[in-house]
Amino acid sequence: MAAAEDSRPFAGLSDVSISEDIPVEGDISVPVGSSRRDDELSTLDEPVKETILRDLRAVGNKFVHVLYPKRSSALLRDWDLWGPLLLCVTLALLLQGGAADSDDQGGPQFAEVFVIIWFGSIIITLNSKLLGGTISFFQSLCVLGYCIMPLTVAMAVCRLVLLGGTGMVSFAVRLAVVTASFGWSTFASTAFLTDSQPPNRKALVVYPVFLFYFVIGWMVLTFSPSQ
Amino acid sequence: MAATNDPFQFQEFEEAANMLEIHRDATTISIEDDGPEPQKQRNAAGFSPDADNDDPHDADDTAELLSGQKKNAPFWTFEYYQKFFDIETHHVKERIFGSMMPWPGKNFIHVYLRRNPDLYGPFWICITFVFAIAISGNISNFLVHSGRPNYRYTPEFRKVTIAATAIFSYAWLLPLALWGLLLWRNNKVMNLVSYSFMEIVCVYGYSLSIYVPAVVLWILPFEWLRWCSVVVALCLSGSVLVMTFWPAVRDDHPKVIIAIMSGIVLLNILLAIGCKTYFFSTPEESHPDDSSPANEAIKAPS
Repeated sequence: MAAAEDSRPFAGLSDVSISEDIPVEGDISVPVGSSRRDDELSTLDEPVKETILRDLRAVGNKFVHVLYPKRSSALLRDWDLWGPLLLCVTLALLLQGGAADSDDQGGPQFAEVFVIIWFGSIIITLNSKLLGGTISFFQSLCVLGYCIMPLTVAMAVCRLVLLGGTGMVSFAVRLAVVTASFGWSTFASTAFLTDSQPPNRKALVVYPVFLFYFVIGWMVLTFSPSQ
Repeated sequence: MAATNDPFQFQEFEEAANMLEIHRDATTISIEDDGPEPQKQRNAAGFSPDADNDDPHDADDTAELLSGQKKNAPFWTFEYYQKFFDIETHHVKERIFGSMMPWPGKNFIHVYLRRNPDLYGPFWICITFVFAIAISGNISNFLVHSGRPNYRYTPEFRKVTIAATAIFSYAWLLPLALWGLLLWRNNKVMNLVSYSFMEIVCVYGYSLSIYVPAVVLWILPFEWLRWCSVVVALCLSGSVLVMTFWPAVRDDHPKVIIAIMSGIVLLNILLAIGCKTYFFSTPEESHPDDSSPANEAIKAPS
């Protein structure tokens, strides 16, 4: 008996039956996230200040992620281009006002800085996508743009140092600051970008990023104020 | 039921299933429902089943045919350019070292490119060269002029644009012209070796790689060092180009060979000397503003 039951463990199920007069009915519905619909409706009604603050908080959160580059996907997951635009305009404005009277051999104009930063980022992104990277176009632009932040901070510091004089000491301080921030920018952006590349091409992707931040660091270092 | 006895009269046959009921021993092949066996027989005989596309054997055959060839995407799609970035880090390193140390008998295209020209090397080497020239020229000007009292340092950012125009036209327009020229000669004289446009761009791009360390060396304001490095870089880069293009023009008329080869070498020399003289000023070429007569004349009345 026990052996027969073991060999046919589901034998008892054949006896189960439902009598025909019990109606089988009900609702089949997919649970829609009705709470999300409420949120979308409510963002239309919220005050403008809250909308702006939410975006500002997102941008500020990404700045913090660049300051402490750990392996987090916050920059990649919700990318935005506000931060890079803000940094680019700030850097280009700070690079103005230097040797501007002799416009022949002077420093980079506003448009030149803008073009270098945006076209440089686009070319690096195209390069990494052509080499088989899995990161999307705007995610890569977002990362490259946000990682300019250390160099923008260095530019502000350099302008402050230049207020004190243009001698050898100030040059040494500026060189140290720019070198440190260039290293920080390159390290931060490669921490975000290299995970999405095939392993035997990582150096091919990192080198253009290195060159990009090197050129921007060069522009920051060679800023000379008009007298 | 089949109609009867006149063999020339049009007979209409029922479906195979009905006929099979009547004659159970007969085998019939019906076209509508294919069992697996008649299909396998058809594939084995080498027929191409044109109607039936979801046969897995069929997909395997065409997949094997395609894997040996590169897909020909049109040139305005992303995939077309992706096949020129199909290289790895060690490939790029080998190609750069191969262009810096040419060996007689080793044709760069045959040994290093091996039918896989890439666009990564030429593009990024050109950009590196542009910024290396601009930055090194700026530093060397600063070092040469810094002792003098009325020298103001300027970053000279305009020179980046000029350098970029010169170098990109050398590395991309000149290969276009050379490719057109070789194509034209190929129509007249049957050459054994012919190069595609991408391979020529690749050779030119990688041959510029020796100039990047040379340009950095030019920062030091010693004229003998600069001229030595110019000559060395010219020899290495020129010999890579000459050894690559020699097999392509070897079978041609001697005057044409001399014209093409000397054109390649001369343009290379022009690039090197032009870069050196435009971007790097020598210690003797200081502008004479300390003791000019105009200054003396201004100072005299006061």
